[in-house]
Amino acid sequence: MNQAAINTAAMQSPTPPAPAPAPVNKVYRKRLLRHRIGIALSVFAMTIGLAVLSWILITLIIKGFGALSVNMFTQTTPAPGSEGGGLANAIFGSFMIVGLSTLLSTPIGILAGIYLAEYGEENKIASITRFVTDIMLSAPSIVIGMFVWALYVATTQHYSGYAGSIALALIAIPVVVRTTDNMLRLVPNSLLEAAFALGAPRWKVAMLVRLRAVKAGVITGVLLAVARISGETAPLLFTALNNQFFSKDMNGPMANLPVVIYGFAMSPYDNWRDLAWGGALLVTFSVLALNIISRTVFSQKIPN
Amino acid sequence: MHTSTAQATAAEQAATQAMHRTMRNQRIQDFFFHKITMVFALSVLAVLLGIIISLMVGAWPAFKEFGPAFITTVEWDPVNDKYGALIAIVGTLATSGIALLIAFPVSFGIALFLTEICPASLRRPLGTAVELLAGVPSIIYGMWGLFVFAPLFGDHVQPFLKAVLGPLPIIGPFFSGPTMGIGILTAALILAVMIIPFISSVMRDVFEIVPAVLKESAYGLGCTRWEVVRKIVLPYTKTGVVGGVMLGLGRALGETMAVTFVIGNANKLSFSLFAAGNSIASTLANEFAESDTVLHTSSLFALALILFVITFIVLSAAKLMLAGMSRKEGIK
Repeated sequence: MNQAAINTAAMQSPTPPAPAPAPVNKVYRKRLLRHRIGIALSVFAMTIGLAVLSWILITLIIKGFGALSVNMFTQTTPAPGSEGGGLANAIFGSFMIVGLSTLLSTPIGILAGIYLAEYGEENKIASITRFVTDIMLSAPSIVIGMFVWALYVATTQHYSGYAGSIALALIAIPVVVRTTDNMLRLVPNSLLEAAFALGAPRWKVAMLVRLRAVKAGVITGVLLAVARISGETAPLLFTALNNQFFSKDMNGPMANLPVVIYGFAMSPYDNWRDLAWGGALLVTFSVLALNIISRTVFSQKIPN
Repeated sequence: MHTSTAQATAAEQAATQAMHRTMRNQRIQDFFFHKITMVFALSVLAVLLGIIISLMVGAWPAFKEFGPAFITTVEWDPVNDKYGALIAIVGTLATSGIALLIAFPVSFGIALFLTEICPASLRRPLGTAVELLAGVPSIIYGMWGLFVFAPLFGDHVQPFLKAVLGPLPIIGPFFSGPTMGIGILTAALILAVMIIPFISSVMRDVFEIVPAVLKESAYGLGCTRWEVVRKIVLPYTKTGVVGGVMLGLGRALGETMAVTFVIGNANKLSFSLFAAGNSIASTLANEFAESDTVLHTSSLFALALILFVITFIVLSAAKLMLAGMSRKEGIK
């Protein structure tokens, strides 16, 4: 048996085997009791986590499934008091806004991530950028919405889908930067040295060898960023706003799923609330599916 | 003979020149590659600076009008155009603080379960399940909290808490008043669920870097698994655990939609945790689009600035602690 095998074996069976006769030692019994309580509480905590997750998902399925219908995908959001209606304009708007912000954030995020990985060891700017990126990952999204409002909406004097895309891109960029940076730093040095030894310039090594080696990992990062921004509501409240009608004009207020869900959930009309639950089901399951796909399909092991 | 040598040298020279040219070109390409990627990296810094500057510019009229007293003033009155931030600040700190008190032990339990107790084959699916909790959009937590959790909580749990904890001397007032379901405590509970995946995933990561030798030595001395966790793993990963908790706090402070749904959105200060209140983020979400006076908008910007500064400090602290932890990983 090698050392690793011994280690894992030791970790697999760490509890001292309880002696067959009941332990008489008072101290030992107390320690064992404490251990059992601790472990039980830990299992309990895990159960709470899983229970809440299933509770939320089951709620969504029960309340949202009834609202799912063909109308939801073909009709636009209903006017106050009118019957029926769907979410077609909101679904379309969400696709446009999220799509544009993905197009914006992916190249910016990947290039910034390449800078951090390539030149990150050597200078101060890179380490400050890395620090700031980590903070921006958890920065309050509503503040980013207000920033874009001040920058874009207040200057152009109207709400627009573009503003929403910019706000979402600002949230997505740190996610892409961080995963790209982390992934690139996993590439073994020998691979890069081999390329350098062939006389390749640094940019070729970075783009054609290093980035290509972790392609799947970078795609994971982009998908996680898309998942993250698809459900974001707060930054869209003051940027894309909402639109009761079907609109392809990204330069004007645009309906989008999260804001419609927010507005409809708080409304007094039953059909609006039903639509809100249907939309919630749609958003949540798309986001969770993206999460799972990015974790399983595109997860890759870097050979050492 | 002579001419062919000359030819050879000429060819050699041409080759050297070509090589030099290629090298020069490559150096120029690399120079641009460096600068271009640097511009994109710097754009992240520029966004941060832009956010701080634009918030300061936006908040300036409010700070000029109300001065530093803005932070300690209770009154928030759009009708008379008088604004103070205390209700929102207290609401934010109270909800996040309580959320942390609840989320910390649960996250610790989950991290412990995933690293020490769980069979290896279940580790990945269960870990993913907990992380999916972080993937659920916050508006969904809000809807679930308002329509499913709050009614149950108000009907069954709050009266119980009121009956048991209400009569107690010091903490009694916190658990008094009408049990409506929504309010500070409900918001804190929802926040707790939302930050559990973040804290537990950091804890799990730092628990995994504890050198096996340390744990094995303790087991060798006859320690129980609980004792190993309490006396070896936790002390070794102290900074990382606190860093994870701070990260969760940073998340909780800025959380908007979920809180907006369940906090009740009342601009009043109350001792009772059952009462409706307001947090900075929920005030922004509710009032920003409808603010029509300059002072109102500006006061909201001032609130956003306060929120951003608090989160920035908390997240920086978290980051520094976790950086200390990864250095430890390097020397193990």
